[in-house]
Amino acid sequence: MRIALNPQPGVLVITRTLTVALVGNPNTGKSTLFNALTGLRQHVANYPGVTVEMKKGTARAAGLDFQVVDLPGTYSLAPRSPDEMVSVDLLLGHVKGESRPDVVISIVDATNLERHLYLTTQLLDLGVPVIVAVNLIDLAARHQLQIDFPTLSKKLGVPVVPVQANRGLGVDDLAKAATAAAEAGTPPAPVPFPPAFRAEVDGLVESLGGRIEPYLAERLLLDVGGYTEKQLAHRFGPTLNTQVTAARSRLAGAGCAVPAIEARTRYGWIRQAVSGCLRRPAQRVVTWGDRLDRVFTHKVWGTLIFLALMFAVFQAIYVWATPLMELIDGGRGWLADGVRDAMSPGPLRNLLTDGILKGVGGVLVFLPQIMILFAVIAVLEDCGYMARAAFLMDKLMSKCGLNGKSFIPLLSSVACAVPGIMATRVIENRRDRLATILVAPLMSCSARLPLYMLLIGIFLSDPWWLPGVALFGMYLIGLVVAPLVALVLKRTLLRGETPVFVMEMPAFKVPQVRAVLRRMIGAGWAFVYRAGTLILASMVLIWACLYFPSRMPDGRSYDVVTAELGDDAKRLKEEADQATDAEVKKQKGEEAAAKEDELNTLYGEWKRQSVLGRAGRALEPAFRPLGWDWKIGMAALASFPAREVVVGTLGIIYNQGDVDPKEVARDEKVAESGLGRAIREEWSSDPETGKYRVPVALSLLVFFALCCQCASTLAVIRRETGSWAWPAFTFAYMTALAYVGAFITFQVGRFIVG
Amino acid sequence: MTTLDQVPPGLRCRIDAVDGPPALVQRLLELGLMDGEEVAVIARAPLGDPIEVEAALTRLSLRRAEAAHVHVTLPG
Repeated sequence: MRIALNPQPGVLVITRTLTVALVGNPNTGKSTLFNALTGLRQHVANYPGVTVEMKKGTARAAGLDFQVVDLPGTYSLAPRSPDEMVSVDLLLGHVKGESRPDVVISIVDATNLERHLYLTTQLLDLGVPVIVAVNLIDLAARHQLQIDFPTLSKKLGVPVVPVQANRGLGVDDLAKAATAAAEAGTPPAPVPFPPAFRAEVDGLVESLGGRIEPYLAERLLLDVGGYTEKQLAHRFGPTLNTQVTAARSRLAGAGCAVPAIEARTRYGWIRQAVSGCLRRPAQRVVTWGDRLDRVFTHKVWGTLIFLALMFAVFQAIYVWATPLMELIDGGRGWLADGVRDAMSPGPLRNLLTDGILKGVGGVLVFLPQIMILFAVIAVLEDCGYMARAAFLMDKLMSKCGLNGKSFIPLLSSVACAVPGIMATRVIENRRDRLATILVAPLMSCSARLPLYMLLIGIFLSDPWWLPGVALFGMYLIGLVVAPLVALVLKRTLLRGETPVFVMEMPAFKVPQVRAVLRRMIGAGWAFVYRAGTLILASMVLIWACLYFPSRMPDGRSYDVVTAELGDDAKRLKEEADQATDAEVKKQKGEEAAAKEDELNTLYGEWKRQSVLGRAGRALEPAFRPLGWDWKIGMAALASFPAREVVVGTLGIIYNQGDVDPKEVARDEKVAESGLGRAIREEWSSDPETGKYRVPVALSLLVFFALCCQCASTLAVIRRETGSWAWPAFTFAYMTALAYVGAFITFQVGRFIVG
Repeated sequence: MTTLDQVPPGLRCRIDAVDGPPALVQRLLELGLMDGEEVAVIARAPLGDPIEVEAALTRLSLRRAEAAHVHVTLPG
């Protein structure tokens, strides 16, 4: 089926949309070109079993709509993993539900033509029309490189279009050339490999009954230990491997040893094609980028700049996001108050205010951090600094089996694991990326802080230096345990040969505002859309566990009675405020306080007999070895969807009402607050916790430091890994780690206390 | 003859051969680090590893263990 560009009247033409694939090295401006072609008409496509995403969009040229697929950036089409195989499969038309591209646009960097044309020559072998887009022509001019495009086109045997994607220059010409090439449909001539190699490729294809493309046979011969070997051995049986090994040794005898023959043949051909169309200056031009690089990778200056930048990144997500997060939380509170005023008390009102609004707020509250972090990452990547940061940190990170690119995701996780896990997208290697994702939740995030402040404030406030040391110790737990777990994972579950960490250090350039905004909004939307629903669902679930059963022993509803008590207390307080007579003011104030006490007691009673409270009591034997009574256990249980609720839950359980964690984190005299006193008194009244208050506090602290009490994190892991297995694994190993850690802490503490 | 990880920063040399695990060899070849090519060592990371090299107009970061598979000859 081909599109008829000028259908004659009365003639029925079967048409379908043309598909154009965009292929190029990383840092070629491929995404910029994709955006220039498609504008805002784009979406992300996922494929089962792989972590890569491809962007798709529609573009228009010569009055014709066509689909553009943006393939992940790659240096070569020699697949070594399922992720890399997807690109090859798509280009060969092997992906189910995807039509084979009608034309491939090979985008190359004008300042480094020869290396970029390497990938182009692989595309020439695919048997599909190819056109070459030479990008960054402005940069080439700065390097005083002159390219003769018509001659280059003749030598390569495919159309060549100069473009400057960031300005949109040449994009129309490119679109027209793409549709014309697709319309003609003639594949280019493949690169001339030596006859001995060709003969082996033909022999392989023939022996497999013509069931594979020549390109796959090529890969099978060239990629020693590559993914094609595995995939085809699975399809055609293990005898294929002996056949391939024999062919490879015959090739070595004929002076065409793999894999060197590929690079020699392709680069030889490219050199010939480029000679005569490319004029270089006699002396290499030193650009400002070269000078910058000298500073950024310098032993002293480079390190100082890196530390300053990382501090700024951390500050941005930790501090700048806070007012925005408070604004979101305030908006949620305002809406909840509105709903509360408009409806009568009951399960529906409670579901809206405490279930759904809290859930939606709990999703939106992450947005400022995610968007700020992604803006920073987009700027760092776009300007070329990201590779320098990875260069500086690689040695340190490689000690725990990761690589330099894991640093920023892990640093971000100290503020919040959700944006941190999303930031692991910069790590190309699948195993390194997974290891980073799995240990990121161990970094001590800001949601743990309120509990740290509360318990340290109550039990570890004396002598003066102890609170600081204790808080530092809490952060240290994450900083020590995360690398250890990463090391263990890389030696067991994620074992494999050390990935090649040959990384390009791209030329520095000024980041594009539009690209940065796009990344920011894209990340925010992806989070809300993909993870948001899961987070909301878990919030509603935990709400139900804390709401039901809501019948009091006398048959009335806890919800209605507490709502009435709350209204009474509020009214009395207002009356006390308005009263002019001191006696009346005092009396009303006392009445209001009494009502509030009654309310908090009843509220605590309600929650203690809820499904979750009963679960806490049933699980008490499991909590005892950690030194906890069932109330502490219930607070820990209630914190599994979101750990920051622990302070509020403790408040409810100890009849202090729903305490605001933000105030606890800020309160310097937290030990003297209502909750602080209640915890001390309650724990003293129990014979076990009373004697070992400090070990109990420490065991609870360690538990919270190591446990994965965050549904949002699990939802994001699910989204980023595309599987439920990884969030399940993260949850299981962290809970086990937390339990063992808390157990050891309490038992050792008890032994010391005696 | 020496290997690329031993070359002090600032020096330019010529590649004689590349060996090692297939995935590494293939990646180095793809990026143009093959025999006969010139390569310059630009810098070393503060902790001594990895190193930054330049071949043609491409700048690359190589771990020293990887650079040890690139056999080179220093000029003169």
